[in-house]
Amino acid sequence: MIEVKNISKSFGGQQVLNGIETTFEKGKTNLIIGQSGSGKTVLMKCCIGLFDIDEGEINFDGRGFSGLGEKKKKDIRKEMGVLFQGGALFDSFNVEENVMFPLNMFTKMSLEEKRERVNDVLNRVNLPNAHKKLPSELSGGMIKRVAIARAISLRPQYLFCDEPNSGLDPKTAEVIDELISNLTEQFNMTTVINTHDMNSVLQIGQKISYLYKGNLWWEGSNTEIMHTDNEELNDFVFSTELTRRLKVKR
Amino acid sequence: MKIIAEMGEYAMLMFQAFKRPDKGRVFRRQLMMDFQDLGANSIGIVAIISVFTGAIIAMQTAYNMDNPLLSLKLVGFSTRQMMILEFSPTIISLILAGKVGSSIASEIGTMRVTEQIDALKVMGINPANYLILPKITASVIYNPLLIIFSMFLGIGGGWLACIVTGLVPSSVYIEGIQSWYDPFTITYALIKTVVFAFIISSISGFKGYTVSGGSVEVGRNSTQAVVYSSILIIIFDLILTQLLLV
Ligand SMILES: Nc1ncnc2c1ncn2[C@@H]1O[C@H](COP(=O)(O)OP(=O)(O)O)[C@@H](O)[C@H]1O
Ligand SMILES: [Mg+2]
Repeated sequence: MIEVKNISKSFGGQQVLNGIETTFEKGKTNLIIGQSGSGKTVLMKCCIGLFDIDEGEINFDGRGFSGLGEKKKKDIRKEMGVLFQGGALFDSFNVEENVMFPLNMFTKMSLEEKRERVNDVLNRVNLPNAHKKLPSELSGGMIKRVAIARAISLRPQYLFCDEPNSGLDPKTAEVIDELISNLTEQFNMTTVINTHDMNSVLQIGQKISYLYKGNLWWEGSNTEIMHTDNEELNDFVFSTELTRRLKVKR
Repeated sequence: MKIIAEMGEYAMLMFQAFKRPDKGRVFRRQLMMDFQDLGANSIGIVAIISVFTGAIIAMQTAYNMDNPLLSLKLVGFSTRQMMILEFSPTIISLILAGKVGSSIASEIGTMRVTEQIDALKVMGINPANYLILPKITASVIYNPLLIIFSMFLGIGGGWLACIVTGLVPSSVYIEGIQSWYDPFTITYALIKTVVFAFIISSISGFKGYTVSGGSVEVGRNSTQAVVYSSILIIIFDLILTQLLLV
């Protein structure tokens, strides 16, 4: 469980996050939703310590994180996997080297053990034969899957995904969503997903936090979100033709 | 004000970069890649420019010496002096600032905007140390080798020009390059080269590391990396010449 306690963040006078208070639950897919520019990425980067927060506190299963120095942060980072928006694979390394990278950095596993682990996670993301390919030779969906494999190679407790299905076709997007959701269950991870995709919200939104202009505006589940009378949330949820038709049906 | 803030940021980044690498093996691997990218891949351009410049210096000196009292030995002598003192260390460094500087800045800048640097940090790595230190080390070791190579080729190019044009007999040119030789000129050239190599790699690393935005900013910062390092090279050329040769 990750506790986010009253965190605020501004960049040069522009307030981006405003006293956010929430928890991300273990074994569940916790979604942060909101329009582009609402602060989802900044919130996620505050959680993993890439941005220093101005105020507030972040705890990982009771362990304080936000106030720690880089060295101490490393201990908790060992238990984190992060999927960045564009995948952030290292261009000069092939798939195998990318996935093995965290193992090289954080563990003293033998080469054989590392190979075994790499094979295991690449199988889990359904890419059993891509070891020697370079990132430039992969499709968008494959890049995301390799990045997921890299993120889970250390068997993390916490998984963060920034817009995991942006830029993908609906079918591939669904595959990625399912993959993340299944992995969360299998490894009993605390998974946090940034998204603005209503399909993901309905499909895997076990707990949803709606960000509106840097404020936490609404929280609930994917069944509750269809019946809310919160005006800004309704605007967001029913902003597409597809979701509007869904509403009429109900 | 902005310049002072930027200098502070640069100093902090260098402080981060100059920490002991966590994993020696990883550092050596990066270093080898950078030797290849930043050093070996520059041999061609350095060779071509040096040979031609040496030839041009020799020919110009020869054509401009119509006073019969001046010894033709001066052709070899001045080619040697110009190559060692100024051309090889400074002009080749300026060319490397363009080639190597922009490649460092755009490589690291691209890693910044595609969040690869964030990914490194999450994996417990000090990205400044991992990315910038090997590049500085590679440049500071490799550039002096390139510069010595350039000196030899330049002097050789001058000799070739003398033979081909028949302006100066080979033996006179060779006598010229052996005359009035002061070994300190080589030391002076190498000190300059090392300073310039540090300027190129660290400024370009800094400009790449601090990109924010997208591909447009990566391009803008690479250009700035080249401009800033070139200006600093010229300024430090003046300072070092004053300090070392007076
Ligand atoms: N490094 C930064 N420096 C300054 N402003 C930033 C930075 N990162 C994000 N912002 C600003 O914070 C706001 C929220 O951005 P972000 O979290 O990326 O939105 P999104 O919800 O689309 O992920 C935007 O207005 C953006 O301009
Ligand atoms: Mg975002």
